[in-house]
Amino acid sequence: MALSVDPGVWLAAFLTLCIFSFLYKDNLFYRIAEHLVVGVSAGYWLVILIRQTLVPYFVIPLFRERNWNVIPGPLGLFLLVIAAFLGILIFTRFSTRYSWLARIPIAIIWGIGAGFVIPLSLQTKVIRQLQASIIDLKTVGTWDGFNSLLVVIGVLSGLTYFFFSKAHKGAVGSVAKVGIWTLMIGFGATFGFTAMARISLLIGRMDFLLRDWLGIIK
Amino acid sequence: MKKQLPVFLTFICAFLLTVQYFVPHRSFEQIYEVSNIWLQIIGVFSIFLGITSLVTMHVRKIRHRQRQWQYSFITLGGLFAMVAAGLIPALEQRGSYEWLYDHILNPISATMFSLLAFFIASAAFRAFRARSAIATILLLAAVFVMLGRVPLGDRMSHGLFPAIADWLLNVPNVAAKRAILIGVGLGEASMALRVMLGIERSYMAGE
Repeated sequence: MALSVDPGVWLAAFLTLCIFSFLYKDNLFYRIAEHLVVGVSAGYWLVILIRQTLVPYFVIPLFRERNWNVIPGPLGLFLLVIAAFLGILIFTRFSTRYSWLARIPIAIIWGIGAGFVIPLSLQTKVIRQLQASIIDLKTVGTWDGFNSLLVVIGVLSGLTYFFFSKAHKGAVGSVAKVGIWTLMIGFGATFGFTAMARISLLIGRMDFLLRDWLGIIK
Repeated sequence: MKKQLPVFLTFICAFLLTVQYFVPHRSFEQIYEVSNIWLQIIGVFSIFLGITSLVTMHVRKIRHRQRQWQYSFITLGGLFAMVAAGLIPALEQRGSYEWLYDHILNPISATMFSLLAFFIASAAFRAFRARSAIATILLLAAVFVMLGRVPLGDRMSHGLFPAIADWLLNVPNVAAKRAILIGVGLGEASMALRVMLGIERSYMAGE
């Protein structure tokens, strides 16, 4: 392997080194890369949203097909126009006189979001989690059964720790203590896992610099 | 009107979307689908607002020669280059959008995240001192997971560290995550209920 002749690889290597230069101190090259990524990522997400949301859900049904398959007929098209109108209302934030109109689409977003969240959170984050904590009686007396019991104890004690309506004294305090131990193991494991994920990214960048750019390693 | 209308709309939308989950009827499914797409379309316009705000801020910075105004050219240049590469068919067909992603956005993002490895290490050095029992537990759990995830740990312990790491991740970590998730789920639902009932009105700037 030899030094890369691809200008794209050279640009990527230069930007990688620009970011790494921050390890020494804040400098001109880091700030260039930092400002570049702000603009490029904003543009990237704008294009993604236009391509994957605005065009298929708004432009194609309204201007090309003149029919919305969710609600066929003129009512569907009218609802799409209303959505766009609400979207445009957000721009009234720039006006001092009409800025209150921007609250309408924001209120609708909040309302829809809240309506989605109430059943969905209770279903996925509460009921499903409780369901998964139920011990399978077939595993009683086995290593898996013991682990399942530990999970149940950990969940209940962890929840007790988060329960602030009763003072953490006496029996409640003891259970809450087990809860905080469980949470600390969880945080430690998560920290270790995150640190290793970052290190694997670092290895990836080093691999790029040494293999793809400099061609030192094969 | 300025205060009541948004609160009323929030209530109606939240109520309808909550009810539709429990009613298996075609009309309620349509309400769900329409709301979902409305959410996305309004979301795109709010991104337009964000981009407009970003451009306005940087143009103002350049015009008034504010501190570090030169960098604003780089931000605006990156933004317009990416948008042009993604939306102008001639550039798009030549793969300019993917090229910019592969050679600018991806390397910078990946390097920024990898940089966190150093900051995590320095934060760990300061935070992970076995001053108390729970701090020691935190330290041990992190050390075992890190050692269990590298070949060196496997070699050193003849497979013991990876087994401990797996157990820590699959048992106590799951219990902790589950307790947190249940708490988050209940918190989200109660927060959403506050929004629906108009108690939480931060989107109206406190009015």
